[in-house]
Amino acid sequence: MMEAFFFLLFAVMAAGGAIMMIASRNPVSSLMYLVLAFFALSGIFVLLDAHFLAAVQVIVYAGAIMVLFLFVIMLLNLGHREDIDMRGHLARLVALVAGSALFAAVAALVLRGDESTLASEESRLAVEAMVRARGAVGALAEPLFTSYLVPFELTSLLLLVAIVGAIVLARRRAP
Amino acid sequence: MEPMTGTAFVVATTLKILVFFVLLLVFVALSTYFERKIAGFIQDRSGPNRVGPLGLLQVAADGLKFILKEEVEPGGANKKFFFLAPVLGLVPATVLFAVMPFASPVPTRWGMMEMIVADVPVGFLYVLAIASLGVYGIVMAGWASNSKYSFLGGLRGSAQMVSYEVALAMSLVPVLMLVGNVQMPEIVSAQQNFAAGPAEYGAWFFLPLMLTAFVFVVSGLAETGRVPFDLAEAEGELVGGFHTEYSSMKFGMFFLGEYAHLITTAALITVFFLGGWDIPFWQGDNIRILADGTVIGEPTWWKTLLTFGAFGVKTLLLVLFFMWLRWTIPRFRYDQLMDLGWKVFIPIMMAYIMVMGLAMYLLDEAGVPVGLQYSGALIVLNLIMMGILIWVVDRGTIVKGATSNTRRRAGGIRGRITPTTPSEVD
Repeated sequence: MMEAFFFLLFAVMAAGGAIMMIASRNPVSSLMYLVLAFFALSGIFVLLDAHFLAAVQVIVYAGAIMVLFLFVIMLLNLGHREDIDMRGHLARLVALVAGSALFAAVAALVLRGDESTLASEESRLAVEAMVRARGAVGALAEPLFTSYLVPFELTSLLLLVAIVGAIVLARRRAP
Repeated sequence: MEPMTGTAFVVATTLKILVFFVLLLVFVALSTYFERKIAGFIQDRSGPNRVGPLGLLQVAADGLKFILKEEVEPGGANKKFFFLAPVLGLVPATVLFAVMPFASPVPTRWGMMEMIVADVPVGFLYVLAIASLGVYGIVMAGWASNSKYSFLGGLRGSAQMVSYEVALAMSLVPVLMLVGNVQMPEIVSAQQNFAAGPAEYGAWFFLPLMLTAFVFVVSGLAETGRVPFDLAEAEGELVGGFHTEYSSMKFGMFFLGEYAHLITTAALITVFFLGGWDIPFWQGDNIRILADGTVIGEPTWWKTLLTFGAFGVKTLLLVLFFMWLRWTIPRFRYDQLMDLGWKVFIPIMMAYIMVMGLAMYLLDEAGVPVGLQYSGALIVLNLIMMGILIWVVDRGTIVKGATSNTRRRAGGIRGRITPTTPSEVD
């Protein structure tokens, strides 16, 4: 009962935030609606017992990336002029087609009710046992630093490449 | 005894939220009074002494003034965000208290009541998540006011808070390495003296993790945006910084937010480094609830009161310390502030995490059991590193005496915070 209420609340907040993010003309409004949507998503994660994901969602997206976005919008002072989207008709058409295709795919999956797309019962139990043994964070850390160590390290390498690239781009401008 | 469930749990949690929220607001109001009294004491004047006995009713008078003053809305301001910004400034500081363990558990007729509003499985990450949201209030205020001073204050504030957040998060990693868990009550119980159990360091973490405690205190102070880190409102340069255009109760909310943030930071330092609600040199308060619900120790209601008192005293002493700092230390220059965050604290914390990891690995390999010996070795290691840090960062002021500093200034080297080798100082 409580859970259903909170799920509905967060679902409406997430969907509403996402729609308002696209609909509002002011970049800062749009950004704050996106933050709202992220919050609602993290609430849904908590309802799914994915506490770590919920916390990281707020730390990384709402707390870091969105703040940087806000910083850039403020530096360029985009917020006070209500510019119309600069992209042309073709881009809008492509966006419409891509969006509808994604929506159709998700809708088809939901309507078909395919059980194979959901986690199996034994894997769910295994995850629960892991959480009980090692805590919410430990259950995620264990496979990340044992079975999936190489992909994990490769991801960090990717981030390093991005940082180096950013520094190279920033230095090229300076005389 | 079983933990609380059902209706009792809901009622108890609601009560805890109400009591704790009211207490927090009372202390926020009182700390604005004490700030002025302490400022008066440090500057050899009386401070507020007209309204009520000892000027204690000054708080009420200020509140009344905030409410009765006219609200001014600058032209061209974005109404929605202008209104939202003070709220966004106050809410994160108060919401953080939800995961703060503030006393030992108390047995009631309906089951064991843990003295924490929400024992979230990722308590520590919750702290980081909410702390990272504090920046929105400042940025919003700076942007929505449509004023150049506010805007500059907002920009400064956001850059500062984003920078120090990194140092803040990294300085907590060694704590997690010692505790091995991210739940806030676990962090407290790891700092108690246990006869048995997985964690028995026998020392509050500010001893075996001295250096990281130092970095956390300074970065926490930077996150609150108070002197010497109040670049976002630097009144000599930016009139009032991000809240220049705010008046009446909207300014009042920023004001309350600053003090709420101060108390929250002090409480966090208490939990992470000063043993939380642990009473030193007394083993009667070694109470702990394990994950399966078994209770170690003998919780009673008077122990809960005593430990709550210990938590309050530690937090208030830290608040006092921060106020003392505010009226003692001058403001940083902006480039110094950024250098301190990015070029000093972050590299130091990276090196420190690796050194501590290595030390803990070696101690484990040598078969040293977790205990006084273990934390003693870490304390010695930290003392050495702390000595090196002070020697390098202090630029010849404390260790070599102030005269070397004067000579340096005469030589034309500006007071940059970047570490210099002792030979450069001469």
